[in-house]
Amino acid sequence: MRHTLDVRVSPYAYVAPFFLLFCAFGLFPLVYTAWVSLHEWTLLSETQEFVGLGNYTTLLADSYFWNATFNTLSIGVLSTVPQLALAIWLAHLLNRRLRFQTLFRVALLLPNVTSVVAVVVIFSQLFGRDFGIINWMLSWFGAGHIDWAAGTASSHVALSVMIMWRWTGYNALIFLAAMQAVPRELYEAATLDGASNLTQLRRITIPMIRPTIIFVVIVSTIGAMQVIAEPMLFGQSSGGGGGIATGGPDRQFQTLALFVYEQGFANSTFDFGYASAASWLMFVAVVLVAGINFLITRRVKGGLV
Amino acid sequence: MRLRYLTLIAVAFFSAFPLYYSVVVASRHNSALAQVPPPLLPGGNFLANVSRVFDTVPFGLALLNSFVVAGSISVAVMFFSTLAGFAFAKLRFRGRNAMLVITVATMMVPAQLGIIPLYMLMVKLEWTGTTYALIVPALVNAFGVFFMTQYLSRALPNELLEAGRVDGCSTWGLFWHVVLPAARPAAAVLGMLTFMSAWNDYFWPLVVLTPDNPTVQVALSTLASGYVNDYVLGLAGTAIGTLPLVAVFALFGRQIIGGIMQGAVKG
Repeated sequence: MRHTLDVRVSPYAYVAPFFLLFCAFGLFPLVYTAWVSLHEWTLLSETQEFVGLGNYTTLLADSYFWNATFNTLSIGVLSTVPQLALAIWLAHLLNRRLRFQTLFRVALLLPNVTSVVAVVVIFSQLFGRDFGIINWMLSWFGAGHIDWAAGTASSHVALSVMIMWRWTGYNALIFLAAMQAVPRELYEAATLDGASNLTQLRRITIPMIRPTIIFVVIVSTIGAMQVIAEPMLFGQSSGGGGGIATGGPDRQFQTLALFVYEQGFANSTFDFGYASAASWLMFVAVVLVAGINFLITRRVKGGLV
Repeated sequence: MRLRYLTLIAVAFFSAFPLYYSVVVASRHNSALAQVPPPLLPGGNFLANVSRVFDTVPFGLALLNSFVVAGSISVAVMFFSTLAGFAFAKLRFRGRNAMLVITVATMMVPAQLGIIPLYMLMVKLEWTGTTYALIVPALVNAFGVFFMTQYLSRALPNELLEAGRVDGCSTWGLFWHVVLPAARPAAAVLGMLTFMSAWNDYFWPLVVLTPDNPTVQVALSTLASGYVNDYVLGLAGTAIGTLPLVAVFALFGRQIIGGIMQGAVKG
């Protein structure tokens, strides 16, 4: 009798910690965000007034919100598209018998072990206007001293370089794992038929690892829509002025997540209701963009490169 | 073939150079940065700069906090993930498949969107400003559960469990005497991955902690934002905050990479 009870109850007890923790610190905050977003609700106010969709209508008329949406999409495209193409190509290069295979893999993952704070501090120095090593190298080609953080396009490029540096190698390893499961005979047959390296990549590798490509595209999209630490730290450590969460003095690189943080925590009003409404719109945006990318990736057949 | 090696060497160079250059700057004096061409070799000022870091922010406390937070999260994640992974991989119960699917699906939830209620919850619990706010929500996560489920269903033979049952083990006895020892290689990899991501976590600690009781990343951001023109100071902090991880990675890189690639195949 004791034995049956043990067998029946134990499995639920063993998976319970995860589900309890997820409900308390994952699901509850997400759902409660919706409730907060329907109120005039600040950190300091005693009472919360129900305002219905008021926060949402204000938000849709807020030009800073649309500016942040544009910046998020722009940085997202600039960082994700070249990153995934490069990652597939690198994985393809590594998918051979190679000497120093482990050494190359370790080098590829090294940026991913570096914290985001370290990445932005280091790259803010590299992208420095007066003494940065990148401007120094560009000067060989006659380029002037670019103030990377000041412009909209240049700051988006700089932030995308940081994001790419940190994540390309990681994604390359994920692609490599999938490529190693592709049967060798396919490549041998293709080589006998005289197919070039690039043709093999397009006609064999990419179609065979499509589930992994879809997975990585979705995960990268969700990540790109939530970018916050990079623009926040870049705004602070590049010294261009502006508040700690404005993403530069002209909000030229404020992302959606940073906009939420500004409204909720960095503004003197600590406007939780407004920030929560922005969070929910951001959630809708994440689902939309991830869904669109899913459909696009699914439809593209073997012709990605 | 030669082109392949050259490309990979170039990529490895670009991966490592920013880290190398940060050490170069961190071991110089601020005046050296204005030189043209910029300095490309380390100088002799590293220890002096590091001691300035400790004078400017509570960096010793930050290191201690980060070790405690990342250490306890890693141990808890290894334990609870192995426990849940054992149930999902080897035990029969109603709703198992549905629960596993839900677990995997939660990995897709953009957790950052719930940050405001999460903060309100921490205020209610009076955990703001303390490391509880970092540790408790992170004690177990979906990736860990999925990772251990994958490993145990592949690597733990059913015969071993049946033999344990015949010997009169309870389910807990099986977990303790059979599953935990068998799970050790994967759990170690999971522990290292968890330690690295907890050590590097930035946004949530920034929201709930205060600058006088920081983690390493929060202390580094204080350096970077408060002393904008003092690159040497910021990069010296970055170097000592990053070196412990790079050392762990250099020692166990092969296992860590193996773990990431295994977790990915069926993801």
